[in-house]
Amino acid sequence: MPQKVAIIGTGQTKHAAKRTDVNIRELVNEAVTRALIDAEVQLDEIDAIMIGNMEPFEGFMFPEHWAVEGWGGYLKPSVKFNTGGTVGTTTIAASYYYIAAGIYDTVLAIGFEKQSDGHTQTAITTVGDPVWERTMMAGAVGNFALMASTFIAEGGVTDEHAAKVAVKARHNGARNVNAHLQMPDLKVEDVMKSELLSWPVRKLDMCPQSDGAVAVVLTADHLAKKRCARPAWIRAVTTAHEQQYMGDSPKRLAVMRSQTAASRRLYKMVGITNPRKELDVAEIYEVASWAELAMYQNLGFCEPGEAGKLIDEGVTLMGGELPVNPSGGVLCTNPIGATAMIRVAEAALQVMGKAGEHQVPNVKTALATGYGGNAWTDAMILSASF
Amino acid sequence: MTSGVAIVGVAQTCYEAAKDHLAYNELVYEVVAKLLRETGVKMADIHSQITASQDMFDGKTISSMSVNEVVGGYLKSEAKVAADGLQAALYGAARILSGSFEYTLITAHAKESESRRPAVTVSMFDPFTQRPLGLHDAISSGLQAERYLHVSGVTEENMAELSRRRHLDAKKNPLAQRAGDFTTKQILESPQMAGPLREMMVSPSSDGACAVLLASAERASAFGKRAVWITGTGNCTDAYWTERDLAEARALELAAAKAYKAAGIRNPAKELDVAEISARCAFEEPMYADALQLFDGDPRAWIRQSAKGEGIAVNPSGGAITGNPTSVAGLTRLAEAYLQVSGQAGEHQVAGARTALAHAADGICGQGHTVVVLRGNSGN
Repeated sequence: MPQKVAIIGTGQTKHAAKRTDVNIRELVNEAVTRALIDAEVQLDEIDAIMIGNMEPFEGFMFPEHWAVEGWGGYLKPSVKFNTGGTVGTTTIAASYYYIAAGIYDTVLAIGFEKQSDGHTQTAITTVGDPVWERTMMAGAVGNFALMASTFIAEGGVTDEHAAKVAVKARHNGARNVNAHLQMPDLKVEDVMKSELLSWPVRKLDMCPQSDGAVAVVLTADHLAKKRCARPAWIRAVTTAHEQQYMGDSPKRLAVMRSQTAASRRLYKMVGITNPRKELDVAEIYEVASWAELAMYQNLGFCEPGEAGKLIDEGVTLMGGELPVNPSGGVLCTNPIGATAMIRVAEAALQVMGKAGEHQVPNVKTALATGYGGNAWTDAMILSASF
Repeated sequence: MTSGVAIVGVAQTCYEAAKDHLAYNELVYEVVAKLLRETGVKMADIHSQITASQDMFDGKTISSMSVNEVVGGYLKSEAKVAADGLQAALYGAARILSGSFEYTLITAHAKESESRRPAVTVSMFDPFTQRPLGLHDAISSGLQAERYLHVSGVTEENMAELSRRRHLDAKKNPLAQRAGDFTTKQILESPQMAGPLREMMVSPSSDGACAVLLASAERASAFGKRAVWITGTGNCTDAYWTERDLAEARALELAAAKAYKAAGIRNPAKELDVAEISARCAFEEPMYADALQLFDGDPRAWIRQSAKGEGIAVNPSGGAITGNPTSVAGLTRLAEAYLQVSGQAGEHQVAGARTALAHAADGICGQGHTVVVLRGNSGN
């Protein structure tokens, strides 16, 4: 029988555009120390460490090797993952499988990125195929502009809907002490008047580039019950990939097959038939305001074409039927190697009742997703009971 | 602990200095197609894939995107380790043991020919104090070789003897890159790389890919002698290269101890029939063999013995020194160990091999080590 797996502690750095006060070692150490304190676990109780990071963004091959003192890997098993935006959830998934398999009991998962050390948009351009795509890639923005314009062509969403999502994120982020962008007074018209980066994406529609790290302590059921009054149980984990080349998937944002497939598989694994009703909160990897709208329908929160209505009716706001990204999400904080794991950490905080000022009341079931590559999805369900 | 996972097939490309005619996806397609053909397993039955590649070598962020299609990752659970492929195999085994998957396909690829190794490996070094010195991995290996030779008494001639033997063994491995009946004089007189290391004592730049199919106990039963069991695994991370004694491999000792314990091996030198060790440089082999407890006492005596082909068979494939790329080298060791204990190694078969070890090293001067112990279904 596989071991059940629970999250018993999390830690995040203060995320910012440039953490010039710390190097990579110190940045990672900040999150790890906080996670160990939160979990009330000593480093010698950790059996193995799983690390997620996108080294091309720092221009550093094996930065975790250099930073090993900062995360406690000395003479411990460790493995490093690199799957783009999804890497944080990929790393949690690996921790989950290793514990479920009984190979390790307690695992420390870490995600980090110090984007200010390198040049992220240059590195993102090399995601594209060198022959077919690289010459027309322009970092992340061009890619998401293509996605958003396809989505608009599908009908049902406007730039005002997108701006509302951007405002929701920044207002939520203002109540999260760790969030990078905190804009409690942002208005819809501010977003719609912000600089046009690549139609239809405006500056305030996009996520920022952040320096930051996150750490999560996961453990097997026999320890979780002893160590934590209210652990966040990982009920199910899944991954789906699609689209190696940009032209492979028509309507790729409007119908993101990997996200549709992964979420349906996940809901089936835990018996969810109506995600909007049965989920209490969702922390999703929304790279741009437009993407969040598309994800509402991809994740089954609404029918296709009704995403705009969801934000108009306030369903996904704090206090709504299904709050999405109470932490402020990726639109507020985006240290890429950490970003997807922050979704899991935030979902865990909600389930554990530790989210402080951005806590959603009575969370029993939470969804966390990662988004990466051109259209990849990791997804998991966390819950207060197993 | 890991007794419930078997390797049921492996495939490798031949290793070459430059596979100019193949893109990354074509390189991996070659091994995946071969593996499916030889095992008879259908892609539709494989739902889990772990790949290994290094973005900085591929010159591509998220380098697994090149191969996602050909490993069958569409709408499935692919993940990538940014480490040696042997780490991918460990994760793949964990996925099966978790009860979530019946098969996991492991692949590793690299085309070192697409970049200049010093220009890539300089990025492994401390950006503040070390990169300005112009360091790259040949230099750090040269420094490590000096330290190890000083501490162990191993000589340049000893390194040449071992290198000669491995290149000679590689002649029997049709996939090997740099094989031949070289003299120790030729090796000692080959161009200096760094410190005591000569060109013929260091792995040449290499292109290649390797694939391994892991299966649950239930699925493996259909493969008979072609199923080989993973009986022990271990992994350990050491301190950064400038913060430890480079003549020691403490992390490898710990990784091996864990793998041996799980496999029930008390005397590795006696109980193992074959060891495939990731040694890119000649001095690494005695250093790692020592940490793996494959000999006791003077490494010079062991080198002389091994160079004559006596004692435990180490790197009968020729080993990484004859040319295996970064990220791939350790998975190649696993594939070769599999071929030995399943009796499929052809001309370089070690007679009667039943128990074998595969090892991988990661990072500067072997900062990370991974060990896997395999046992065949019956003697050959």
